[in-house]
Amino acid sequence: MIGLDPGATVSTPCPPMRLGFDLVQVSQVAASMERFGALYETRLFTPLELEYAGCDEAVRAERLAARFAAKEAVIKALRLGNEGIGWREIEVLKLADGDCDVLLHGRTAELARRMGVERVLLSLSHDGDYAGAFVSVQLKHDEPAACGAAAS
Amino acid sequence: MIGVQDAEATIRAILRDHGRLKQDVGAMDAGADLYRSGMTSHASVNVMLALEGAFDVEFPDHMLKRNVFSSIASIQRALDELTAA
Repeated sequence: MIGLDPGATVSTPCPPMRLGFDLVQVSQVAASMERFGALYETRLFTPLELEYAGCDEAVRAERLAARFAAKEAVIKALRLGNEGIGWREIEVLKLADGDCDVLLHGRTAELARRMGVERVLLSLSHDGDYAGAFVSVQLKHDEPAACGAAAS
Repeated sequence: MIGVQDAEATIRAILRDHGRLKQDVGAMDAGADLYRSGMTSHASVNVMLALEGAFDVEFPDHMLKRNVFSSIASIQRALDELTAA
């Protein structure tokens, strides 16, 4: 187990971070796709997200559930819940190496820029009827800050 | 045109069908917090789409706020704004 000695101070610069997590039931996404059809999909997802999800019909709902979770996790991490932004302004891209990346567009990108967001990191996961997304946001900082707390 | 009381009844019916609430929506106060009553962010999308269909409106991006969908009263205010436009 790796831990910090309570009395230790770590001098490694630690950028300000924010975290966001969201969990979505795949069956609920499938039900919404069935109930609202294309309206549901085009309101929430970008053409690229829909193209990737549609490559394999068997996992379409699962992929869209993970992407919705990612969008909500970004909203939580950036604290945008009451800013009034569209879900399509947060886009999940599948990279050639299998990883996923997040792109911010429009007003969401502008708000993130004003907050000093330098990087948005994303991890997606699936298990049965659930899809989850974890987002870590790295913010700019002017002065290096030490990680960990010194004993007082 | 849907009247004020009919509008609230329609909102309650939509919340019953799509909100995944843990309480009887018919007994809820109009100001009660829907998220605290079990509505998830994904369920709120379904509520929004059902409201758009029922009231023939479209919620613009700037109204896609957590607090717009946080209670029956706040939903009704948003619909009033959209239908008055």
